[in-house]
Amino acid sequence: MMPIRAVFQKEVIDNFRDRRTLLSALLMGPLFGPILFAFVINLSLKQSLSNIDEALDLPVLGRDNAPNLIAYLESRNINIIDAPESRDAAMGAVKSGRHDIVVIVPATFGEDFSATVPATVEVISDQSSTTAERESRRALRALAAYNAELASMRLSLRGVSPAIMRPLNIDVVDVSTPSGRSAMLLGMLSYFFLFALLTGGMNLAIDATAGERERGSLEPLLSLPVKRDQLIFGKIFAACLFMTLSLSLSLTSFFVTLKFVPLQELGMTPNFGPDVVVIAFLLLAPFTLVGASLMTLVASFTRSYKEAQTWVSVVLLAPTLPILIVSILQVRASTELMFIPSLSQHLLLVGLIKNEPLNLLHVLVSVAGTLLVGGLLTWLCARLYRREGLLG
Amino acid sequence: MILVNELCKSFGEVTAVDGVSFEARDGRITGLLGPNGAGKSTTLRVLYTVLKPDSGTASIDGVDVVTNSLEARRRIGTLPHGSGLYPHLTARENIAYYARLYGMDCDAIDGAVQTVIEQLDIDEFADRKTKGFSQGQRTKVSLARALVHRPQNLLLDEPSNGLDVMATRALRDLIRQLKLAGRCVLFSSHVMQEVAALCDEIVIIAAGKVALHDTPDGIRNSMGCEDLEEAFVKAIASVGGL
Repeated sequence: MMPIRAVFQKEVIDNFRDRRTLLSALLMGPLFGPILFAFVINLSLKQSLSNIDEALDLPVLGRDNAPNLIAYLESRNINIIDAPESRDAAMGAVKSGRHDIVVIVPATFGEDFSATVPATVEVISDQSSTTAERESRRALRALAAYNAELASMRLSLRGVSPAIMRPLNIDVVDVSTPSGRSAMLLGMLSYFFLFALLTGGMNLAIDATAGERERGSLEPLLSLPVKRDQLIFGKIFAACLFMTLSLSLSLTSFFVTLKFVPLQELGMTPNFGPDVVVIAFLLLAPFTLVGASLMTLVASFTRSYKEAQTWVSVVLLAPTLPILIVSILQVRASTELMFIPSLSQHLLLVGLIKNEPLNLLHVLVSVAGTLLVGGLLTWLCARLYRREGLLG
Repeated sequence: MILVNELCKSFGEVTAVDGVSFEARDGRITGLLGPNGAGKSTTLRVLYTVLKPDSGTASIDGVDVVTNSLEARRRIGTLPHGSGLYPHLTARENIAYYARLYGMDCDAIDGAVQTVIEQLDIDEFADRKTKGFSQGQRTKVSLARALVHRPQNLLLDEPSNGLDVMATRALRDLIRQLKLAGRCVLFSSHVMQEVAALCDEIVIIAAGKVALHDTPDGIRNSMGCEDLEEAFVKAIASVGGL
């Protein structure tokens, strides 16, 4: 055990003096992610919240054909503005993005209306544009409301109850809790944490293999009376320590940033108190072994520091893959999925943020499965280190 | 004592070492002399166990380097070619790290490191980080690192590379001291003068084979020339190394 401890201590001291490692382990990963997250969320929240109160500018072609309709729309906080001259020009304007939406009231509107024939109103919009979709939805809602109001007035005039038009009363009951709704948004958090964790040990993993070889310090190191397994274990454990450090920093910094995100305004109460931070740390910590050994393994194959950096950066993306697949397939947590590292941490973390009770079996399988994969990768690293070609 | 017997090692198509045998005894300085690419470094690498020979055997103090490599490594101090230091650690920390990995007692490490620091005259920069050290300073620290556990056998791969005159002289003095202390010193070089000035025995290697193994005088006699350099060239030509 003595050589493992010697290597571990040396790597820790060495890397604490390396500005590059410190920067990525203690600054970039842990702080950059949460701050960026808070910034983006804040920005998009502000936009979606303010849009509701803002008046919608709606170009209407043929506004004189339906003065009552126009008056109704204006009462719904919609500004009627001048539209392009013709139907073709209107289509062109929407296509080119000059207008998000154009409403056309044909000249026959009044005539049809008086004859109680359904009077056509055309709405031109581009359904592929997300901002236009929001605007057109608002305009369509207003038109539909006008339609319903007129219909019930006409029925009332004929002595029929407007309720006859509503055989069904559809009532949607939302059972999601405020913490549950925030989980949708905070679902990507687990990736931020895994990313921060991996960045923390990245430089060390590269330095321990490709770095040593490039510096020429690997050959004398290998000629020491120490088993190569012990050398690599010491290095992997040191990378684990930096990853743990990076993880705890990013959890803390996220805990702080979350206080500045107005999630309550969206009816979300993220379950992210100090106790959750501690549990999240314990759930994610086993992943450090997978991260450290995987990065060391990848770096062992490369010939130079730069090449190692390129490949190890790819490893940074690896944990996204299962998370991405699961969020597309909308899979629920199950015991089998807990065997997959990064995915199990993601699912447990989402449950935690939703304030669901922790499934102890799931936790157990996640920790054991992750440590098992980590152990396997570590063993592979040791195997690789025994090769002669290691010196390159 | 180092014993090498019919050592062969090839990398793919290239045969680097082709049946090398020699003996380096305690209390003597043995020089591995040969042109670039002759197989000197490969031989040394097999001896300090980072390479495994394809065939043949080698032993250090009677311990086989293949079957009992850990024990063999315990008995040597090495200065590989282009030996690198850890730039963020001080010279003293670099040496102490190796002392720990050699398995020295924790209490003994500080004293041993200080001894070797004084012996190699690196007191002046011992507590500076090795980043930015000159080649001479780096070689001295690497050498101190190899000597800290007082190994019986020393393997030095082109130790005087990049050293100035004063540093080279200091290195020679040190190697002679080690010899007087009864150690076995094996070093490789492609510089004729250095080997001539220092060695008790010279093993001339060319094209992966031993061309000649003798004392400097013996080599002059057997090649029939007064000049050692001339003898060297003749010896290499005899195995087709030129």
